Amino acid sequence: MSIVAIDLNGVKKSYNDKIVVNGLSLAVATGECFGLLGPNGAGKSTIARMVLGMVRPDAGKITVLGETVPARARLARVRVGVVPQFDNLELEFTVRENLLVFGRYFSMSAREVESVVPSLLEFARLESKANARVAELSGGMKRRLTLARALINDPHLLIMDEPTTGLDPHGRHLIWERLRVLLARGKTILLTTHFMEEAERLCDRLCVLEKGRKIAEGKPHTLIDEQIGCDVIEIYGGNPQELSALIKPYARRVEVSGETLFCYAPDPEEVRVRLRGHAGLRLLQRPPNLEDVFLRLTGREMEK
Amino acid sequence: MGEGYMAAMPANVYNWIAVWRRNFLAWKKVALASVLGNLADPMTNLFGLGFGLGIIVGRVDGASYIAFLAAGMVATSAMTSATFEAMYAAFARMDAKRTWEAILCTQLTLGDIVLGELAWAATKSILAGTAIAMVAATLGYATWPSILYALPVIALTGLAFASLGMVVISLAPSYDYFVFYQTLVITPMVFLCGAVVPVTQLPSAFQVVAGVLPLSHSVDLIRPAMLGRPVDNIALHLTALCIYAVLPFFLSTALFRRRLMR
Repeated sequence: MSIVAIDLNGVKKSYNDKIVVNGLSLAVATGECFGLLGPNGAGKSTIARMVLGMVRPDAGKITVLGETVPARARLARVRVGVVPQFDNLELEFTVRENLLVFGRYFSMSAREVESVVPSLLEFARLESKANARVAELSGGMKRRLTLARALINDPHLLIMDEPTTGLDPHGRHLIWERLRVLLARGKTILLTTHFMEEAERLCDRLCVLEKGRKIAEGKPHTLIDEQIGCDVIEIYGGNPQELSALIKPYARRVEVSGETLFCYAPDPEEVRVRLRGHAGLRLLQRPPNLEDVFLRLTGREMEK
Repeated sequence: MGEGYMAAMPANVYNWIAVWRRNFLAWKKVALASVLGNLADPMTNLFGLGFGLGIIVGRVDGASYIAFLAAGMVATSAMTSATFEAMYAAFARMDAKRTWEAILCTQLTLGDIVLGELAWAATKSILAGTAIAMVAATLGYATWPSILYALPVIALTGLAFASLGMVVISLAPSYDYFVFYQTLVITPMVFLCGAVVPVTQLPSAFQVVAGVLPLSHSVDLIRPAMLGRPVDNIALHLTALCIYAVLPFFLSTALFRRRLMR
């Protein structure tokens, strides 16, 4: 088994005149969780679909689990599990029937599916829902069933396109916890997300995309250290322009985003002292995160 | 071209069965309603036209009108049930329900899916066609063994019309466009192809057109069989139906690839 699970080399894709993926190269190692991070329209889903062989690149070379994609994508998909952006479960079928039908697509017999269903249901925390119709499940349960379904062929690689979009915080944390279990079992995950927190929590490495172009790549904490490397003070209230001029000499960088002033300060105390005389300000000091990296790199906020 | 299209074609000779079984499982949950819905229309035509017009028309080609019509209705119901399954139901699975999208994440290809849909639509044709044939046999308008002869033709008719329906949905932007195919292709065929009136009654130009339409070949095989007469030109009719089943299959698979895997 190759060390590289996914390899993209100079991949380009445009629709009509719109460039969606612009000369992208990246490699995902076996056993790692690799994140594609970017706002809506950055090309994340297109890349995920290209890896599955469902979108043909205009140029470049894609290899997935040693198979050339899209020509031999079918053979790669035998060992791939997919959690799509939008649920496409069989709503009229029960949970168990969904798994059975999906297992058949991988040429599994009813007996083979039956032998893995209990562990999949347990993994997805759906033991009590085996015979419930999917239409009756909550959003979080449906996502977990989609995840269980993606595991039916015991894949080496999981492609997850925004797996927690639309879930409540509880549902999101449950999915994150399940994904960490999968990583501990040695699965490789390609994850697209626009949640900074998700990327920071799960990804070993990630690449930040903007308009189909890679603008940064690395380990989340390395990126944060390299790009920011100091505490952040968020300042609410007051006149951002005025305050910005006041604290600039004491900060590494100051960024205005909407009504909030982001101050990247190696010495936060100094900044606090300067702001002491100003009434009606609210200060929040925190460690830097990926959101700051994104703001730094693109000069604008991530869509929430 | 070339390699890409090959990758979209069926991967092997059995992958389609998983798609057929998926549709069968979904159908089982609504089987009674589905069967009644599928049979009501051809039965109404058979008895309404058969008894009503039958009195005025008298005998056609040496048979009672209702016996003549029964064979036409068997072929027509095979045509319509496959067409509707391929259009409305398969379109929903391709589009709103995202069923195909889920399947394309597995080791199945587009060709496997299309083949499974064709086989399923043909199955619905067999259900509808044989049910009408059995009603006709029960009432003495056809012999029971003739149903066995008609069965493969009903299945082939289903495959041919499902295949044509696939081309329609691979091109149609939405459900609204199906009505053109229904009113401009399917309905005229009922009247042109000898299902309700003998083709020989039509102006000669129409007869030429009818000769190339798939439903004519289906009617020409099923009617003599059901009326207990020798069937002429079996090879010609079967070949024509096979062409209608096979060519649109490849065409629609290529069109689906263009539509779904851009």
